Amino acid sequence: MRILEAAVNSGAVRASTWVMAAGTALKAMTMPTAGDIAAEEFSRVVERHRPQIFRFLLSSTRDVDLAETLTQECFLKAHRNWSSFRGESSAMTWLMRIAINLQKDHWRNRRMQFWRTTRTNSVDLDEASEWLPSGESSVEQQLLARERVKQVWTAVKGLSERQRTVFLLRYVEEQELSEIATATGLSEGTVKAHLSRAVGRVRLELGGKR
Amino acid sequence: MSGVEQQDNNMDKITNRFEDGAEDAELGQALESFKQCVDAWSDAAYSRPRTVEQTVRRRSWRLAVGWALGCVLVAGSLSGGVFERQHQIDLKQRAARQRAAEQQKQGEQQARAQVTDEDLLTDVDSDVSRQVPSAMEPLAQMMAVDESK
Repeated sequence: MRILEAAVNSGAVRASTWVMAAGTALKAMTMPTAGDIAAEEFSRVVERHRPQIFRFLLSSTRDVDLAETLTQECFLKAHRNWSSFRGESSAMTWLMRIAINLQKDHWRNRRMQFWRTTRTNSVDLDEASEWLPSGESSVEQQLLARERVKQVWTAVKGLSERQRTVFLLRYVEEQELSEIATATGLSEGTVKAHLSRAVGRVRLELGGKR
Repeated sequence: MSGVEQQDNNMDKITNRFEDGAEDAELGQALESFKQCVDAWSDAAYSRPRTVEQTVRRRSWRLAVGWALGCVLVAGSLSGGVFERQHQIDLKQRAARQRAAEQQKQGEQQARAQVTDEDLLTDVDSDVSRQVPSAMEPLAQMMAVDESK
């Protein structure tokens, strides 16, 4: 009798062990892995920040194709280094830093390839200024606004690379000075100085005092 | 005071003069319009239909033309090289043949000249010695006897 009970118990234990093992296996099949979670998280980051990165690169280069290419490269680089992103800054700031460096590298390489300097796909300032939503304003106001925008574009074109980056991050991306400082790798004071000079240039272009 | 701190102080002095663009109404409006412009352009460019397939096709067409031209150039230069080499070989062979023929001709001429002189002398000798009129034959025989003596 005891032997029978022991056999039954051992069978039950074995059965329950098997069920548990099967359950674990099933759980392992259905539960997402760390890699899956990271990939999903990254795809959310891409979905959320891609338009902003593209906008910054577009305003900086005035070249749609180049902006698209650099955006792709930015997210490719981010994907490769996603595991090393420690979250010390926001994902947006981290991505913006990558985008700024890529843009810098692009211009540096272009300068090296001197035969390509004459060929640029950047759109004309007039064309860039045409993208102004009409809203409910009158034709005169629209013309005035377009003229102002063109003047700002002209001023932006004349800025140094750093000044332009800082200016665009502040007034197009509406980032805080601390965020700009992190993204550009400059101190806040330097960012303020660059911004001051950039705004002064814009003001001068608009016909005001510096 | 370290160099970095001094630099920051200088920057602060500069930024003390900094006036935010938003304070200036005209500037603020211009910057606002500028942002709207960039936003609208970016949105339009971001959502525009992509023409990747067309670009790829055009690129592949260009690539094919490039390859074809490259192949033609390589084939042309190769065949040109081969033709030139063959031409050089032909010229050399022809020159060698010509030289050999000239040498042979010279040899033949020399040989002919030698043979002709000897033959001529022999012929003259034999002709002179043998074409003696029969009437003089006894005298000739006598001369031979005198010589032997």
